[in-house]
Amino acid sequence: MQIVLAIVIGAAFGFVLDRIGATNPNVITGMLTLRRLRLMKTILLAIGTGSILMFGGQMIGLVEVGHMSVKAAYIGVFIGGLLLGAGWAASGFCPGTGVCAAATGRKDALFFIAGGLFGAAAYMATYPVWKASGLLSDIAGGKVTLGTVPGSDYAGLFAVSGDLLGIALGLVFVLVAFVLPDGFGGGHVEKRVPAE
Amino acid sequence: MTWNWKIGGVLLGVVFFAAVLLVKPIGVSTQFVILDGIVADAVSSEFITQTDEGWTSTNAYMAKSGGKYAKSAANPLNYSFIFVLAMAAGALLSSLLKGGVSREERRAPAIWRANFGDTPGTRYLVAFLGGFVVLYGARLAGGCTSGHMMSGIMQTALSGYIFAAGAFLAAVPVAMTMYRED
Repeated sequence: MQIVLAIVIGAAFGFVLDRIGATNPNVITGMLTLRRLRLMKTILLAIGTGSILMFGGQMIGLVEVGHMSVKAAYIGVFIGGLLLGAGWAASGFCPGTGVCAAATGRKDALFFIAGGLFGAAAYMATYPVWKASGLLSDIAGGKVTLGTVPGSDYAGLFAVSGDLLGIALGLVFVLVAFVLPDGFGGGHVEKRVPAE
Repeated sequence: MTWNWKIGGVLLGVVFFAAVLLVKPIGVSTQFVILDGIVADAVSSEFITQTDEGWTSTNAYMAKSGGKYAKSAANPLNYSFIFVLAMAAGALLSSLLKGGVSREERRAPAIWRANFGDTPGTRYLVAFLGGFVVLYGARLAGGCTSGHMMSGIMQTALSGYIFAAGAFLAAVPVAMTMYRED
């Protein structure tokens, strides 16, 4: 059953990533240079929609709170974010969209995946150094959510209802998605690529 | 056709929700480690071994958290690994249904050609180095754009916000510096 779900949800994810333009480095670069923010609007709306459905579902008992999986906060999260951001901007791919782009026939995405496999291996080899540095040690409680989610294993950073805060933040993300402009200047490259 | 952002945003949100509802939040970058583990174990069968308590590896990262990565690499037919393969298939299906990516684009994207001319070799080198840095960073952070930024922020995880701050703080200046022509 798990494998069937992996195939169905995975395929839906890849299909949607391609249809929102996330598998196209021109679209990613347009977003990261702030010239074309449609994809940013899409992502913000998706986070908001997901949050409202998930926390709303948990409040009415439809969604099992135990399905949440919150990652730990530590300094390395920020440093890793910086590294990922730099490589994301240079290549126009992140791990998921790189794999998807390779599947659509983009040759540069195959090189991205190859680099990614070496990068992951390099981290595996250097992990003890990071571990010893203390930069992987929890900060602000580690695996925490902003509010306190009833019935979850995670502590809340603030003593407010995690469900209600999740829905409220979800609404904020939806609102920001709508007020964010389509972009600042630019706009030639995508017009030269009518097929996409 | 690329979807309107409102339709795309809602559907992407529904997929992230469906994943939490039915199984667990979406994540991708761990599977690069799992594939590395599968390859390493195929080259040297000592890399991953079964113990009385479960699985372990000669590599400290593969062996961490009770050997959960080692276990996944020893059993590739698991949810998260199949998920990534299915994701690639889904993207291919979408692409084929809209006529595929043009030959020129497959060689190098338009934004690259606008800035650096017809230099696919350099583009492949940059994509390789970019991939290296992206996955090194994602593993250091414990997740990527899917796991931290989307799934994390959706769950109001503090780590998701920290990750997104770092990612955009680096990505915007790098993109603006590298890709001045549009």
